Amino acid sequence: MSQEGGKAGPQRAGGTSSVTAQTMEVQNLSAYYNKFKAVTDVSMKIEPNKVTALIGPSGCGKSTFIRTLNRMHEIARGGRIEGKVLLDGEDIYDDRVDPVQVRRKIGMVFQKPNPFPTMSVYDNVVAGLKLERRHKKSELDEVVEKMLRQAALWDEVKDKLSANGTDLSGGQQQRLCIARTLALEPQVILLDEPASALDPMSSQKIEDAMQELKERYTIVIVTHNMQQASRSSDYTGFFFIEDMGQPGQLWEFGETSKMFSNPERQETEDYVTGRFG
Amino acid sequence: MFSILSALAQRIDLLKQVRRGNTGDVIYKVLAYLFGLALLGIVVAIIWELWVQSAFARQEFGISFLWSTSFDPVQAQFGALQFIQGTLVTAVVAVSLAAPLGIGIAAFLVEIAPRRVNAVVGFLVEMLAAIPSVVYGLWGIFVLAPFLRDYVAPWLTATLGWTPMFSGSFSGYSVFTASLVLTIMILPTAAAITRNVLQAVPKEQREGMLALGATRWEMFSQAVLPYAKGGVIGAMALALGRAAGETMAVTIIIGNARRIFTSMFEQGATIASVIAGNFTDADSGAYVSSLFLLGLILFAMTFTINVLARLLIKATSSGPTG
Ligand SMILES: Nc1ncnc2c1ncn2[C@@H]1O[C@H](COP(=O)(O)OP(=O)(O)OP(=O)(O)O)[C@@H](O)[C@H]1O
Ligand SMILES: [Mg+2]
Repeated sequence: MSQEGGKAGPQRAGGTSSVTAQTMEVQNLSAYYNKFKAVTDVSMKIEPNKVTALIGPSGCGKSTFIRTLNRMHEIARGGRIEGKVLLDGEDIYDDRVDPVQVRRKIGMVFQKPNPFPTMSVYDNVVAGLKLERRHKKSELDEVVEKMLRQAALWDEVKDKLSANGTDLSGGQQQRLCIARTLALEPQVILLDEPASALDPMSSQKIEDAMQELKERYTIVIVTHNMQQASRSSDYTGFFFIEDMGQPGQLWEFGETSKMFSNPERQETEDYVTGRFG
Repeated sequence: MFSILSALAQRIDLLKQVRRGNTGDVIYKVLAYLFGLALLGIVVAIIWELWVQSAFARQEFGISFLWSTSFDPVQAQFGALQFIQGTLVTAVVAVSLAAPLGIGIAAFLVEIAPRRVNAVVGFLVEMLAAIPSVVYGLWGIFVLAPFLRDYVAPWLTATLGWTPMFSGSFSGYSVFTASLVLTIMILPTAAAITRNVLQAVPKEQREGMLALGATRWEMFSQAVLPYAKGGVIGAMALALGRAAGETMAVTIIIGNARRIFTSMFEQGATIASVIAGNFTDADSGAYVSSLFLLGLILFAMTFTINVLARLLIKATSSGPTG
């Protein structure tokens, strides 16, 4: 799969992308840290070419949950899950599946921008591709431009591709991290509060970039910004935790318009209207 | 004039702070100043002492002391080259062996070992640093040297004996034995500091690389190690400085042959070992003064190593370093 992505990527540069956004389906998923159950029994369907927003008060398991979607959760000490996560109908937790390959198909952008400080802007973008080690320079050049354009960063950095990744502003760094994720041509992109460490302008740019990206990808985003969620997502999942020490649950899930105007449950309404959380 | 004014201004500032009631701050500032000055004073005093005490030798032998290899108390002729050679060779060999070992141990502890193993092995490695130098010396001569003689040296002679480096016969006292003992002695420094440096690499850097579909090894080699490069180099420089200055164990093992050596199997001497081995015999002014001059050279060497390391760290670490 990754071979295909790596080889085919550059050829498609400039043309219309043939990346296929995929459906994900979560079935009765619970996530643990050792004995502590952080998330319980979540089931949801994540539609392709849509933005699915995950909201909810702090500590209710949004980060834990989104990290189960590309098997980053198991990196944490004692991190394990029960249940299934299907990508295009196949369980990514199947014994025969290599987590490394899962993460190439399902990319992730983190809360804090984390470009690699010893690499240039250019090398940051192709860091994932270079792991595959058979790319011509000219191919990589094309990928870099294409991905930086998709991440709405090209115009700002095209003259400093050899500058250090960390020499960019915080917002630019975050878009660089998005470009780096896109370079692998994933089918799904997960973003965990990608704009929470940024100023409103940078945050807006990321939001705009996301609108472009959903043409090509399936997007899941965790956010604390209700306006952002209501504006830019198609589906919204509200996570909630009933009591301290209890696991987080997917309290309500549905189309964003409904979740923000006429939710089924009282807690959802209280949260989206800012009455608590 | 200006400095007096600014000193005055500072005094007034301090007085203001006292009046404002920040006596704690003022006391802290004054103490910090005093300790800083005291430290500087001690360093200057040591350099001064070395300089003054070595005056005779410096006048007598001049700069050629550095490349003279004579060491003849009867004729009162002294030189430093063979000791500089011994110091550099043993230290560099020790660091080039301890570096991969130390980085390997540190990487294992940080990246692979379960937390409990990390704690236990980490403790054991740090215990190596607590073993007295003289014990290393004894161990080197009574345990390591016979082992090398019986098992390692014959093999080296058979495979690499044609190179000057491992030619000749091996008797326990040798530059080779000393280098290996030094390797073990500086291993804690190399491993422990590297471990701290690797541990300080932010979680976000590791996760960023893993999320791109990197294996654990790729994560380590492409994200962790580059990030920590400066700190790792710093750790090795510290180890190098330590190896160059190590005295007791080397004095016991290296044989104290005061001449240039061509094979690792020969006996030799380092600056530290020649000072430690000879200061009781130093009966003439030229002799004593020459030992002080050797001390000054050693000091200059370790000082340079440290400064170069810092420059190197600055130049190579484009990113933040631990
Ligand atoms: N590495 C970990 N080890 C143990 N427990 C953890 C770990 N990470 C998170 N938790 C716990 O899991 C629960 C859910 O945390 P999580 O980070 O998923 O919440 P969140 O919804 O993302 O919160 P926030 O909005 O503040 O980011 C919390 O109780 C938290 O303390
Ligand atoms: Mg979170």
